[in-house]
Amino acid sequence: MRDSRTHAFEHASRRTARPGSHANRLSRPNALAIHALLLAGSVLFLFPLVWMMSTALKPLDQTMLMPPRWFPAPIQWENFREAVNYVPFFAYARNTLTIALLGTLGTVISSSIVAYGFSRIEWKGRDPVFLVLLATMMVPFPVTMVPLYAVFRNLHWIGTFRPLWVPAWFGASAFNVFLLRQFFLTIPRDFDDAARMDGCSEFGIYRRVVLPLSRPTLAVVALFHFMYCWNDFLGPLIYLIDQDTFTLALGLQFFQSRQGGTPWNLLMAASTLVVAPVIVLFFFTQRTFIQGIAMSGLKG
Amino acid sequence: MTNRERRNLRNGLLFISPWIAGFAVFTAYPLGASLYYSLCDYSVLKPPVFVGGANYQELVTDPVFWKSLYNTLYFAVCFLPLATVLAITLALLLNTGVRGMTMYRTIFFLPSLTPLVALGILWMWMLNGEYGVVNYVLNLVLNPLGLQAPIWLQSTAWSKPAIVLMSLWGVGYAVVIYLAGLQDIPKQLYEAAELDGARWLAKLRHITLPLLSPAIFFNVVMGLIGALQVFALPYVLTDGTGGPARSTLFYTMLLYNSAFRYLRMGYACAMAWLLFLIILALTLLVYRVSRKRVHYAG
Repeated sequence: MRDSRTHAFEHASRRTARPGSHANRLSRPNALAIHALLLAGSVLFLFPLVWMMSTALKPLDQTMLMPPRWFPAPIQWENFREAVNYVPFFAYARNTLTIALLGTLGTVISSSIVAYGFSRIEWKGRDPVFLVLLATMMVPFPVTMVPLYAVFRNLHWIGTFRPLWVPAWFGASAFNVFLLRQFFLTIPRDFDDAARMDGCSEFGIYRRVVLPLSRPTLAVVALFHFMYCWNDFLGPLIYLIDQDTFTLALGLQFFQSRQGGTPWNLLMAASTLVVAPVIVLFFFTQRTFIQGIAMSGLKG
Repeated sequence: MTNRERRNLRNGLLFISPWIAGFAVFTAYPLGASLYYSLCDYSVLKPPVFVGGANYQELVTDPVFWKSLYNTLYFAVCFLPLATVLAITLALLLNTGVRGMTMYRTIFFLPSLTPLVALGILWMWMLNGEYGVVNYVLNLVLNPLGLQAPIWLQSTAWSKPAIVLMSLWGVGYAVVIYLAGLQDIPKQLYEAAELDGARWLAKLRHITLPLLSPAIFFNVVMGLIGALQVFALPYVLTDGTGGPARSTLFYTMLLYNSAFRYLRMGYACAMAWLLFLIILALTLLVYRVSRKRVHYAG
């Protein structure tokens, strides 16, 4: 297990440094055929996003032309200004960010503390308890959904953001604990011993030795949780009541269903505004992203 | 127990204490409570009333329940094989060492970043019966043949295939996992096989797929668990109704509606436990079927 973790990391970094391994062995016609296939695939995969932006920039009457107009003329940038009022975008963005940031902070702190307890300290019964943690990953959310709702209702938390971020502070994401534990196991023990010799406490070792060495994995955990909060629909749907507390995902659905989906240019502009931050985030953190997905798929 | 062992036990438990508290409140208690509620008439507004197996009895005789189970299995059976073949094909193409691999990888990956709500609304627009761009293109090909493109989400026959299609658009996440798996296969294996005169298909069958099998197994199991709980996409597309004529009423949607629209929380819990059993059974089945074929190196 320990070795496979190190490998995953080495491979992930090597991968980005040296894409493609048989580059020199492709014959010319083969390479052309592969490029043709990949290009065709790329067009199919990119087109919906392009169409979303194209529609977002059209005057309403141009969205209803047959044959469709591929590029908007004139480009109607005002759609975006109208869309952020049509769907109260900034209020929803603030709600989403509040939940996502509080949750991400909680996940990074609590998962790493818990993962430390499951990896860097030897204690009796540790491994059976860890199996319990792994088993919780198998439980589908609908199974605990109703009692959780009842618990939060008794706490008078329904209609607040708390059900959406407080659990993150209690190591609720077993998968993140697992990911961090696997990485912590690869850090040599000698570092702890040296720190302990200098009079460092267990918590000090966690703070000063293990955390600084784990930045890439912590980044993966933070990124995944942030994305999860940005995309989550079922959670906000269950726990949020008032329109002004809605997240972007919930608010977008609410407005779409209320309007019967007619002003497609505004809906596409609003959708673009919900998708764009994720894509920008991806371009800034591409390596962390790809590495994180590779790590999540290589477990076991 | 030595002093050191005692200290370690104390420290270990201290470090995992946030999880112990979270596990008790957010997992263990809800699990038990949900099993109990599934045997109760429960609306959350009033205390639960024990009714024994009545919820389960009602479930198995309710045609709407069977319809939702059928829809869900239909989706999983169509989506999983298509997604697996598509993702592996794209990963194989990316792994040939073509120039611009990272650019292509990014392009295939981008759609899987789209939040499901935005994805649903976007595809509703693209598949729109009147002004949808997809049908415009399809009709360019189909009309000369005397055929007509389907009306997708308005048709009971095509609404589920439409959701399969939309979900396939998000296959890029799996492509990245498969590509990582492909890049881990030692090059020497291919070189040795080439010396023995192995052709492309033989290398695929005897090296690539066996060595990729752990990643395939992982993706199929995760995909199965996800497909059986499909919720956000059909909910957005139909505003939670599962129409037309319940053709997109999926299991988790019926469960959600039972709990939060009709406040039949006990009934919903019974559904949830049946779902849990179905997931466990199918996961076990995939494990059994694939056990002899999944090859773990080292």
